[in-house]
Amino acid sequence: MGILEVTGVNKKFGGLQALGDVNLDVAEGSCHAIIGPNGAGKSTLLNCLVGKLMPDSGSVTFQGKNLLGLKPHEINQLGISRVFQTPEIFGDLSVMENMLIPCFARRDGSFRLHAFETVAREKSLNDEAEQMLAEVNMLEKRNMQASSLSRGDKRRLEMAMCLVQKPKLLLLDEPTAGMARADTNNTIELLKDIKDRLHITMAIIEHDMHVVFSLADRITVLAQGTPLVEDVPERIKGHPKVREAYLGEAQV
Amino acid sequence: MLGLNKADTRLYVIILIMLIFAPFILNPFPDGSSLAQFNAGYPDMMQKLVIFGIFAVGFNILFGLTGYLSFGHAAFLGVGSYAGVWMMKLLTMNVIPALILSVLAAGALSLIIGFVSLRRSGIYFSILTLAFAQMCYSLAYSVLTPITGGETGLQLSLDDPRVIGTSQTASGNIPVPHFFGIEMGQGITIDVGAWSFVFNFGYYFAATVFALAMFLAIRLFRSPFGLMLRAVKSNQSRMSYTGLSSRPYALAAFVISGMYAGLAGGLMVAMDPLAGAERMLWTASGEVVLMTILGGAGTLIGPVLGAGVIVYLESIISTINEAVLHGWFSGLPAWLDSVFVTIIKPFVGEGWHLLLGAVFMLVVIFLPGGIVEGGQRLGRLFRRDGARGRKNGAPKNGAPKNGTDSAEQPGE
Repeated sequence: MGILEVTGVNKKFGGLQALGDVNLDVAEGSCHAIIGPNGAGKSTLLNCLVGKLMPDSGSVTFQGKNLLGLKPHEINQLGISRVFQTPEIFGDLSVMENMLIPCFARRDGSFRLHAFETVAREKSLNDEAEQMLAEVNMLEKRNMQASSLSRGDKRRLEMAMCLVQKPKLLLLDEPTAGMARADTNNTIELLKDIKDRLHITMAIIEHDMHVVFSLADRITVLAQGTPLVEDVPERIKGHPKVREAYLGEAQV
Repeated sequence: MLGLNKADTRLYVIILIMLIFAPFILNPFPDGSSLAQFNAGYPDMMQKLVIFGIFAVGFNILFGLTGYLSFGHAAFLGVGSYAGVWMMKLLTMNVIPALILSVLAAGALSLIIGFVSLRRSGIYFSILTLAFAQMCYSLAYSVLTPITGGETGLQLSLDDPRVIGTSQTASGNIPVPHFFGIEMGQGITIDVGAWSFVFNFGYYFAATVFALAMFLAIRLFRSPFGLMLRAVKSNQSRMSYTGLSSRPYALAAFVISGMYAGLAGGLMVAMDPLAGAERMLWTASGEVVLMTILGGAGTLIGPVLGAGVIVYLESIISTINEAVLHGWFSGLPAWLDSVFVTIIKPFVGEGWHLLLGAVFMLVVIFLPGGIVEGGQRLGRLFRRDGARGRKNGAPKNGAPKNGTDSAEQPGE
């Protein structure tokens, strides 16, 4: 029994079958990669997990709880955080404020009228936010406005915002796209470290095979909305079906 | 002090000093001089300044923080006024119960209007609030005439069934609003040379309420709640994927700002117990939008400055007529006099809106952050000059410019 179970999920956009009978079983503490060519339905699948899209049929459960029909903030409060393909951050606010918002969301739930507290006096939350910023090497940028960060920094900030929530499941949608090689390697190290130290389960969509094979415990290959094969990385590499559908171009 | 950080405490102390000494500060010109008409230190004017200050500070909690532009806040002001007068008619001339009812009534109405309007965002939200406010205005004029007094407005009368207190005073007059016995109209006048300074109790009462309202606003700005409201403005999608429900936050901000408007409406009738439907007209809603943008939306002190400028222009500039203008330029040759008068005349008196429009245009084009941004730029200019002077020409331009100052940046 995995922490996240996706069973028989279908999703159609008009005549296009975006997801056809997708099954996925993510084991607790593991890193599960979902790969596949463009248009294979990877992001659609992620959107179905976080409440952005409603599948036409099938079931999605997290720790035995049904996720379908829940609002995105309810799903997050259950312990699922998501890093987006294009970074979603609070551009008008400072980096530190970006970090504090998830801290308060974790502590106070989806809504609280905490109008008589003072942000600056929440010592432990401020410390936690700073510590996480330090882990992604962004502490010196704490007072910068988030929208003025570089693309790579925005990604790292978003990841830090998700991690500071201490989620049980972290969904990553191409976390290293647009990053320089050095930053990519840092991100890999960071994610490895998180997995080993905090035992956060991860589901990751990624095109960069270097990232996938450095992190993944299991890999599911999607093609045209259907899972082609699911296995450990070693066997995915040599799998003829996968080569045909996807890796043929990459020559792994 | 009282949970405020250093910069905020400084700001708040400055505000308190300004409030206390307003009768002096706003009366710089001696009576009888030709500039005396620019004095704003008389009770009516000072009361209006702080009351509209409360209105604008409350509006800013919604518009400045969450970015939701309400075009119907005058409805809450109007409801607050009606509720206040009814409390005085039925219960007591003490203004405290009147103010409490004003705030509650405006809060209840804003809960309903906000609940419906916040289902949409952007221009649709603005139009919905505008439509609701105009409905309130029309209702006050038609169906609700028994409650609102229709065109004549709602006023006290000699046969009000006041539970605590009397319907008439011993001399057969309508009693006046008071605060535990101290009448709003009471005050002392101090004559110093050619100046006469009026210390009016009504003003000091309103100023105290303003000081409280401002204090709560500063605390709110620096609170996690305030941070969440700014998150609503910045990225609602990220908010929901961070486990936060943006709708209740926006609604809470809407209701709080509606209550501020109700408080302002209640104070208006506490100073002068008469409520009319025109207080709910859309132009009144527009005025508070102008105040907030003119001063600087999203800043603490901006809306107050904006309210001050607009109330001042409205009251002072509108009294300047052609004769006054001729008086100013009487020393000049006749042809020059008429040239000046012709140029200035459209902008004063009845035409004060034209002047306001011009000021507003200039501010929005050159200082999108409002008067506060103007002040910040001046401050930076001086600071840079000062630094250059001390450090012998070493430029300090390398520091990241993030356009925030103590009034915007929490945690400083």
